[in-house]
Amino acid sequence: MIQELVNDGQAVSDTPVLSVRGLCKSFGGFHAVKNVDVDFQPGQIHALIGPNGAGKSTFFSLLSKFHEPTSGTISLAGQDITRIRPEKVVRMGMVRSFQISAVFPEMTVLENVRVALQRRTGRDIQFWCGLGLLDSLRDEAMYLLDRVGIADLADKRAADLSYGRKRTLEIATTLALDPKVILLDEPMAGMAIEDIGMVSALIKEISQDRTTLMVEHNLNVVEDLCDTATVLARGEIVAKGTFSEIRNDSEVRRAYIGTDYD
Amino acid sequence: MSNTTTHVPGPAQSLPSARVLKLAAFAILAVVLLVAPAVLYPVFLMKILCFALFASALNLLLGYTGLLSFGHATFFGGGAYFTAYCVKILDVGPLTGILIGVGGAAVLGLAIGVIAIRRQGIYFAMTTLALSQLAYFCFLRAPFTNAEDGIQNVPRGTLLGIFDLTDHVTMYFFVLTVFAIGMFTIWRIVTSPFGEVVKAIRENEQRAISLGYNVNRYKLSVFTVSAALAGLAGSTKALVFQIATLTDVSWQMSGEAILMALLGGLGTLTGPAAGATVIVTMQNYLAATSVPVNVVIGVVFVISVLLFRKGIVGVFQKFSKAP
Repeated sequence: MIQELVNDGQAVSDTPVLSVRGLCKSFGGFHAVKNVDVDFQPGQIHALIGPNGAGKSTFFSLLSKFHEPTSGTISLAGQDITRIRPEKVVRMGMVRSFQISAVFPEMTVLENVRVALQRRTGRDIQFWCGLGLLDSLRDEAMYLLDRVGIADLADKRAADLSYGRKRTLEIATTLALDPKVILLDEPMAGMAIEDIGMVSALIKEISQDRTTLMVEHNLNVVEDLCDTATVLARGEIVAKGTFSEIRNDSEVRRAYIGTDYD
Repeated sequence: MSNTTTHVPGPAQSLPSARVLKLAAFAILAVVLLVAPAVLYPVFLMKILCFALFASALNLLLGYTGLLSFGHATFFGGGAYFTAYCVKILDVGPLTGILIGVGGAAVLGLAIGVIAIRRQGIYFAMTTLALSQLAYFCFLRAPFTNAEDGIQNVPRGTLLGIFDLTDHVTMYFFVLTVFAIGMFTIWRIVTSPFGEVVKAIRENEQRAISLGYNVNRYKLSVFTVSAALAGLAGSTKALVFQIATLTDVSWQMSGEAILMALLGGLGTLTGPAAGATVIVTMQNYLAATSVPVNVVIGVVFVISVLLFRKGIVGVFQKFSKAP
């Protein structure tokens, strides 16, 4: 079931899956994102790094349409999404996660994933049916929970999970939508060391057949996981390339990494 | 409250399961409601049922969807006015009158909902309050409502040409049926696939959007249904008391419904009805004494907020779940 729905088995090509041109966002007089041009190739993991306040999260919110851009264009798989509502962007295959963990706390772990499966399977408006209608989604939900390693917690309330588990639950929920493009906003923020390795392996695993764009502060993780890195500072792109190229870029060292990084 | 289909086998199986307890409680409640008019004054019971349905309609919006409407009296009182006018002036039957009241309330709900759901949190509440005040002045000025006099001496009529509703006990069973239909509707919605999505929106709206849900569409649907059910309560009330007045559309009436829902327990099926029972009973029995009713209700409310965070029903749930 899952395999059939994965983005038509597209091979890595040169056409960017996500393309941004002249993107700007100002809040009042403050320019959070300034004239950003960037392309993301499909099938890769891209890192977005930069110091605090560089505009990374704003950039994410612009891509996922949670904020309206002041000017510029965004296109997803060749289609212009600049003026589209956020839920439409999700339906076109690009799903975001949030910097703070975003689960449905009063629902069980299984229900969290199931509610994500509901829309895709057209079981989201039946107000006249009982919950038995959702029984058939159980197997797929359990499969997803098993994939991220929390199947044993299926009947627990999401609010009772540890922070790291909540983040893995979020990944399972995101996977339930089978997105072509995943936007992860600091997936490891505030996580215990032992969880970082686990989540990092998970991201690598789920990114095999899709495009992942992640904001991350932990440069070891970026080096280990990401194919390319884009550096944002004061709302502008200061460098892009592979991690080793970025690391030696003098502009980046000045803006972000600091001269003593090695 | 959520009836998940996942049953975890465990030692709890040897005890009477929660399901059996729930069914037993439901059966007792049904019997109590059926024999109540033999013991208590039917009009008093009908008042409780109408307000229980009104508070439950508000709870569908506040408790299950997380939207605080400060303007539900517009739908309650609107329903009452429409029904009273149709039954008294246009001479339609009680059932048709109620259906018109519900339809009118739903239309008002849709109109106010479309504007209010564009805002979130307290701004949503303020928008509903402002629009319901606007509606209040429309009802005050509209020729058909008779302003301060209201629509009086509304005939109860004969239901389907068979049941004479002027008899209090017959009327009671009619109101009980209306109440049961309203509560069933709410139960069906909150334990449906649609209800799951609505709960997800209450829990985390941003996340629900990021799962691809058009949350405004869900909010507007629930708002309209909630308004229609509040209208059902108001229409029925107009027939019970044979009057529709400005009190029914005033902001105090909206506040009363919120108070009942909070007191009984938000987001529980029976909580608002329990809250309505407590408040209507206090209003009824304290009115004859020299005790100031509002002060007592205020004290009860403060105590319940301090001691039972999840309302009266929340306390029972806690005890029934305790090992």
